[in-house]
Order: sequence, then C-alpha cells, then structure tokens
Amino acid sequence: MKSVALHNRLTSLLFKSITFLLLFAFTITSNAQDVDEARHKEGRKLFKSQCASCHKLDKKLIGPKLGGVESRRENDWLKSWIKNNAALRASGDADAIAIYEEYNGSVMTAFPALTDQNIDDILYYTTVGEIKKVAEVKLEGTSTDGATGGGAPSWVIMILAAAIIVAFIMIASLLKQVNELKGNKKPEVQSNLKRDLQELWVGIQKNTFLHVLFVIFALLMSAYVVFGTLFSVGVDQGYQPVQPIVFSHKIHAGDNKIDCQYCHSSAKHSKHSGIPSVNVCMNCHKSIAEVADNTVVVLEDRTLEKAELDKEIAKVYRAAGWDADKLEYTGDTKPIKWVRIHNLPDFVYFNHSQHVTVAGVQCQKCHGPVEEMEEMYQHSPLTMGWCIDCHRQTDVDLKGNEYYAKIHEQLAKKYGVEKVTAAQLGGLECGKCHY
Amino acid sequence: MKNFKLIIALVIVASLASCGDKRSPQIQYMPDMYESTPYDTDAENGLNGNPVNRKPVAGTIPIGGHPAYDIADTNEGYEKAKADLKNPLERNEANLANGKAMYTIYCTSCHGKKGDGNGHLSKTEKFLGIPNYKDRDLTEGSIYHVLMHGKNLMGSHSSQLTYKERWQIVQYVEVLRADLLK
Repeated sequence: MKSVALHNRLTSLLFKSITFLLLFAFTITSNAQDVDEARHKEGRKLFKSQCASCHKLDKKLIGPKLGGVESRRENDWLKSWIKNNAALRASGDADAIAIYEEYNGSVMTAFPALTDQNIDDILYYTTVGEIKKVAEVKLEGTSTDGATGGGAPSWVIMILAAAIIVAFIMIASLLKQVNELKGNKKPEVQSNLKRDLQELWVGIQKNTFLHVLFVIFALLMSAYVVFGTLFSVGVDQGYQPVQPIVFSHKIHAGDNKIDCQYCHSSAKHSKHSGIPSVNVCMNCHKSIAEVADNTVVVLEDRTLEKAELDKEIAKVYRAAGWDADKLEYTGDTKPIKWVRIHNLPDFVYFNHSQHVTVAGVQCQKCHGPVEEMEEMYQHSPLTMGWCIDCHRQTDVDLKGNEYYAKIHEQLAKKYGVEKVTAAQLGGLECGKCHY
Repeated sequence: MKNFKLIIALVIVASLASCGDKRSPQIQYMPDMYESTPYDTDAENGLNGNPVNRKPVAGTIPIGGHPAYDIADTNEGYEKAKADLKNPLERNEANLANGKAMYTIYCTSCHGKKGDGNGHLSKTEKFLGIPNYKDRDLTEGSIYHVLMHGKNLMGSHSSQLTYKERWQIVQYVEVLRADLLK
C-alpha cells in the first residue's frame, strides 16, 4: 500500500509540475506577443465608454460577445456595421440581417462619430483582450482551505466548555471525599491565612446587620433583574435574524452609494417603506452576475468570499426566474421570504411618508448607520418613549408651508417660542398614533 | 449538595445569556395585539395562500390613477413614443425641483449628476458605457418610454416611481440635456 500511495503522490507531483510548466510557457508566450500599449489603452477606453453597456469580451450581454470578433468578421463589414448598422441592413446585407434577427431585433446604436482609427483601436482591444499584469498561477492544493472554515456554532462550544468545567469540579470534590473516607485526615496545621478566613466567615454568619444588608441587596438585585426582563418584552433592539439571502447594505448603500429610496421606494408615499420586489434587484443584477474579485462580506460568525457571494446573487436569479446563461426570463418565479426586522405592534400607527417626505428625516436617524451594516439589525428600540423623545426635540420646519402658516403662527405665540417642535404640533396626543 | 447549587447557578446564568440571542425576536406580551389580523403589507399569507402583494387586476385604474401605459416595448413602440408622446405636466419650478430630487435618487448612480454618464457606478466600472444625454437623440416621449420599459441594460423604473414623478424626471432630464448641449 505504501508504495502505491507514494507512487500516486509522485504521479500527481509530476502532473502538477507539467501543468505549472505549461502555464508558465503560456504566460511567457502571451507576454511575448507584442502589445501596442497605446492602441490597447485607447481601444479599451473607447470600448468601456461606447460598447460595454451592451457587449462583453467573454460572454453575451445585450449583444454578442466581442472577444476575437475580428477573426469572425471582415474588418470592412465591422466598420460599416458599427458606423451605421441600419443602413447596412437596408442595403440588404445578409449577415447584418441575420444578426439583427438573432437578437430579436434589438437595435444597436449607430456610431457615426467613430473614425476608422477609433474602430481599429477598439477591434485591437477586442482581439488582445485584457492584459493581466500578474499571472495568477494557482495550484489545485490551495483551493481546499476554505472547506474546513465552517466549524461548530459558538453556542455548542460554550455548552461543551461549561459541561467540562462542571465535570471537573464534580470530579475534584469526589476525589476529595474519597480521600477523606479513606482516613487520610486533613493536615493538622493549617496556614494562618486559612484559619483567619474561617474565623471571619463564622463572624459574618453570626452578624445580624450583615444579614439585613444581604437581604436588601438581594431584593434590589432581583427587582433589577425582574424589571429589566419585563422592559425587554416586545423590544427587539439589536434583533438580527438570519436572512434568506446574505444581502449587504454596506456594499449597496455604502460602497456603491445607492440611495435608500432607490430600493425602498414606497417610503416617500406610503405607510410602509417597502421591501423591494425582485424586479428592482434585477435593474442592476441583470448585468452584475458576479461580485468584484476582492469583495468580502464579514459576518460575525463567518466570512463570505467571492465564490459564496456569487451564489447569493444566483438566489436572486432563481427568485426572479432569470436564466443567466440565455439571458432571458423563464417565468418561473419564487418570492424571497425576507425576515421582517422592524415591526411595530398593531396598536400603533406609524407612517413612513410623514417622516421621510413631510419632515425630511434621514433614514439613518431611526435605522442607524445602515450603510455600514453587512447584516441588517434593528438599531433603535422603537418604544413609545423613544418616539416621544424625538418628537419633543425635533423642530418642525415651518418655512414654505403657506397652507398652515396661520396655525403655525398661533402655536408659536401660544408656546412663546420661535420654533415649534413636533410635540407642540400635537406629536404627543395619544390619538395621533393610537386609534 | 454544594455542587448541586453550583449547577443551578450555571443553568440560570446560561438561560439569562440565551435571552440575549439576537437571532430570535423577544417574547411579546399578548401577541394578538402585536400581530395584525388584517393582512400585513408584504406578508406571504394573503388571499388563497398567495402573497399579499399582487398585481392589480388587468384593466383597472386606482382612484386618482392614470390609464396603464399601453405603448409596447418594441422598436416600433419606441419610435411611436418618441414621436407622439407628450408631457402632460406644465414646466414650472415645483415640478423641476421634484424632478431633480427624484433624478438624484433613481438616476444619478449611473447617469451622473449632470447626465453625462459619469455616475458613481460608472466611475467605479460597475456599469460601463452609460451614454451622455447629449450624444443621444431624445424627446420627452422617448425618455418616458425608456423609464417605463427600460432599454438594453437599463431596467424599467416604473414600479419605483409614480406617473407624475416620471414626467417630472423627464422634465429635469430635458433641462440637463439642454445644459449639456450648450
């Protein structure tokens, strides 16, 4: 057996080194081919600004993939197509009509402004492709580290640790008892310190004042614990449920600076801020099927890297019924069951539009630094006291509101203030929120 | 017996610690006052086991609403909207101001503040090839049509905006385009 294992290992080593050599040779050849940096740069710039909204080098997007397109089409044909494809089709060119039909008649924009030189540069870029500065040679062995990253959840470890400690204490005391039963008497001479402590303990046990003090302390402590528990009933501050898709607000609202209301678009008109339907996700994710190379989402118990995050995007595709290979909707949709975090009880009325549109309150005021949250949690307690505090402190912007100008003036006079707070405007009346 | 007390203490500490679990919600006092009897927005348990959010019945118009946009998402539809569709709103300060506010939320990420295609997502190369408004032949009808149906990589934004807001954005985009063409 041993020799077979050794043999296997040797063979795999041989294979690996051959692969490595081949890769190395390949990188050398690809570097050896002369790349005209200036042309490549110009072509890349033009491609990114003019073509990339519909074409990719390596796969189909709105239009066909363009990597190595020069080998598939004549240069002159490409030029006339790019400059004005409608005219080319009108002239009866069979290839042009065929490609138009293949993409269901989606019209490519005409680019009459591009010169022949521009087009040649773009084509040069599509032929050469991206130049990779660092040749990434990854051996197979390195890819397996990720698999062991899972591990047991932390509470299991905690319970196990607690059980071990308890077991240790029990064993220790048992051993002690056994020892005593065997007749091994305790050593006669105890250290001074130990004897002093024992005398102190006896003294404490006999002291009535200390007893009273202890009872009072215990009562206070238990009252604190009981009230603390009662006050946390129904208060979900910090609640952070596991969502069906690892959606990072940090990436979307933080790094990509997408406005909160882009997705939560009903906040401006409605009681609810709304959870975006999947079509809103697809507005961007139609073309973004993969996260950027170095994207990492760090959750408390695990870290997700590109491979896992791409699977999360695939979940969006499954929900929307989007076939990422054929780039079309299949019609087989499945709603995403997000777990609701912020939930006011049914006996209180709250309206997002009143706060977002009328008062112009920033989302972050109640929801906290969402743009920094990898995983969403409830930032505020959402208790009545918390609402009232804010109503008492917030000045109402009275400018440019002619309809209510008179009543605002009267209120300001009544309270003897220049600026009226939300509370003075009626923000403390029970019936405003409870009815 | 000493050990027994210790175990009890440990159990109490453990149970208190588990109360602080942030993955599950706190207990509710009288849950029937928290959970709504009527259907909640976005809830999954609506009529006949369907989610609560449904598309409106075809052919219906909400009170104060507008007839559904009926120009098809085709090349012909685009040409038709471009030629015929007109903005029903009058051009005034209020409309332009709200158009700007809505444009800032829904369009700047890609199209940029000025409409030159240099939005944040364009600069960071998440989206490429966003056209400059001045390079495209746009009319108010074509802008509205693209807002409704999307075009190429741009998706439809009709679900996020109301009828009025869409036309306000159209107004603002026209102003941006005029500025770019100067």
